[in-house]
Amino acid sequence: MATEAQGEEAGLAFHPMDQFLVKPLFGDGPVHWYTPTNVTLWLFIIVIAITALLVMGTRGRAIVPNRVQSIAELAYGMIHKMVEDVVGKDGLKYFPYIMTLFMFIVFANMLGLLPKAFTVTSHIAVTGVLAMAVFLSVTVLGFVKNGTHFLGLFWVTSAPLVLRPVLAIIEVISYFVRPVSHSIRLAGNMMAGHAVIKVFAGFAAIAVISPVSILAVTAMYGLEVLVAFIQAYVFTILTCVYLKDALHPGH
Amino acid sequence: MFSLLQEAATTAAEHSEDAAELVSQHGETAAHEAEAAAHAAEGATGMPQLDFSTFPNQIFWLVVALGLLYWVLSRIALPRIAAVISDRQGAITGDLMAAEEFKRKAREAEAAYDKALADARSEAQKIVAANRAEIQKDLDAAIAHADAEIAARTAESEKRIAEIRDSAATDAREVARDVTAELVRSFGGSVDENALDKAVDSRIKGAVQ
Repeated sequence: MATEAQGEEAGLAFHPMDQFLVKPLFGDGPVHWYTPTNVTLWLFIIVIAITALLVMGTRGRAIVPNRVQSIAELAYGMIHKMVEDVVGKDGLKYFPYIMTLFMFIVFANMLGLLPKAFTVTSHIAVTGVLAMAVFLSVTVLGFVKNGTHFLGLFWVTSAPLVLRPVLAIIEVISYFVRPVSHSIRLAGNMMAGHAVIKVFAGFAAIAVISPVSILAVTAMYGLEVLVAFIQAYVFTILTCVYLKDALHPGH
Repeated sequence: MFSLLQEAATTAAEHSEDAAELVSQHGETAAHEAEAAAHAAEGATGMPQLDFSTFPNQIFWLVVALGLLYWVLSRIALPRIAAVISDRQGAITGDLMAAEEFKRKAREAEAAYDKALADARSEAQKIVAANRAEIQKDLDAAIAHADAEIAARTAESEKRIAEIRDSAATDAREVARDVTAELVRSFGGSVDENALDKAVDSRIKGAVQ
């Protein structure tokens, strides 16, 4: 309340972070773990949109696809090829999981760019869960598939013996930093872009600056569309790389 | 900056937790709900991302949504798209094979056509040769016939010419004899028939031959 009042007094109201607030959908109660919130709403919009594309779009099962089916097949083909290229043939077992991740993130990012939308991937809680899920499953998978041989990932046999303990420490640290960088990269990109757009939009209140402001918002929006896709792609390809490390720990 | 924000967020979280506890414990419902409402309505003071009170909510709904999405993709969407793509691949392969088959057939048909054409050509040549031989035979026969006729005519003509020549020679001899006999007679000589013949013959022989 207080900050809002101050902003209005100054003639400029900047609330770049308001768009990230988690609010209950119905009423103004506290946010319990089960409360349907705007997060819930947008998560389900994402799920419905993906279902519309991948299930409704391919309903025709046409040999010659229509536009929607082409997009669905394009997405399928892209991720399928990525998994095959990065992880290898034996990684195709995990393709549905990686496809789920990619579709979820790319739709969350893109739908988040709609005006008035809530960007679920701008929240560290969401990206953190995604990254931790990847990290934990990849680590467990590595030990299940390779046993203690998985630890060879940290013991660089191609390096001189003296350097190996040092390298092992660095490798272990970098391994455990993975989920942090994995999640913060995505959330940070999303949050920063949206906040910057909001700040530029705030300047539109001054009539003289407003054309510049609109231009800046447009430019940022275009950049954000690019970032939305690239971050989803990066998240997915890193997941593939981590999965490859788990399946083939030899460097 | 970051630590300040975090502090703000944690205090906010504690605050709301306290509020919830108090609500459940003491039933001072009205006052605390008003407080919570005020808290929710106010603008974001720090980073809403670090408001840990909303984490369970986000994580819970994220897990639900991801589970649902994974189920939809792995059970319905991905098998269907895979089937469509493999069907298409199959159709393309089938079409390519059919095209290859048609190409082969066309090539065979072309070969058969070429062969038929060559056969017809050789047959025609054979027929032409046969006809030519027949015509040649007829022609030869006709030529031979004509030759024979010509020879016969020639022989006949020669015979007649010979006859004419013979008769002419005889006539000439007669005339020569008569004239000689008359000349001799007019000169007052006596005509010796044998000497006259001999003289005329020798003269004619010399003249003719």
